[in-house]
Amino acid sequence: MRILYLASLRTKAGTASEEVNPPPGIDTVGALIDWLRTQGPGHAAALADLAVVRVAVNQDYAKPDATVCAGDEIAFFPPVTGGAR
Amino acid sequence: MIRVQEEDFDVGKELADLRAGNTAIGGIALFVGTVRGEGGEATIGAMTLEHYPAMTERELERIEAEANERWPLEASLVIHRIGRLEPGAQIVLVITASAHRQAAFEACEFLMDWLKTKAPFWKREETPDGERWVEARASDDEAAARWSQED
Repeated sequence: MRILYLASLRTKAGTASEEVNPPPGIDTVGALIDWLRTQGPGHAAALADLAVVRVAVNQDYAKPDATVCAGDEIAFFPPVTGGAR
Repeated sequence: MIRVQEEDFDVGKELADLRAGNTAIGGIALFVGTVRGEGGEATIGAMTLEHYPAMTERELERIEAEANERWPLEASLVIHRIGRLEPGAQIVLVITASAHRQAAFEACEFLMDWLKTKAPFWKREETPDGERWVEARASDDEAAARWSQED
């Protein structure tokens, strides 16, 4: 599956995107986050505080119990800041 | 209609295009967001707006469809710019047109509140101390939540 880190999470993760093949059993957003956190200090930093992490699976907002599978595009990003302040 | 673009927009032209030939329109509300040159105590040189292209248009279309379900709109338009913007630049335009003013006012505010909390755009500011990502404000979520509580 393809993982994207956007905006400040890209800065924290140290990468914009990567292809990953998580082990069997990693089939929800929550499980994927737990696994990704073990993949390096950048990943752990980017996903440390889930209060400020939003997730989209195949370009739709998703919650921790949403399913993920091979071929999905999973994006992690901070709360959005568009528009005028 | 929604558009995401780097280039600036001409408010007068967009307004004229939106209402062209539609005499059912009786009221139009229009919001223009611009880049401020000050943020807290720091002076901001410029900002860069990033987005998640594959998701942005889909979310904006969803937000616009929601506004059209809630209010009897004759026409609506959302333009959001991306890329580097200097202080004073226009960032976002929302126009809503309806037979009566109340629907136009409410739908315009709804669209702004929701796009600020849903559409995947992020701002990075240039300050004398370097670049910094703008953090979301809880007040934006509260503004958007108003519309849920009314259901």
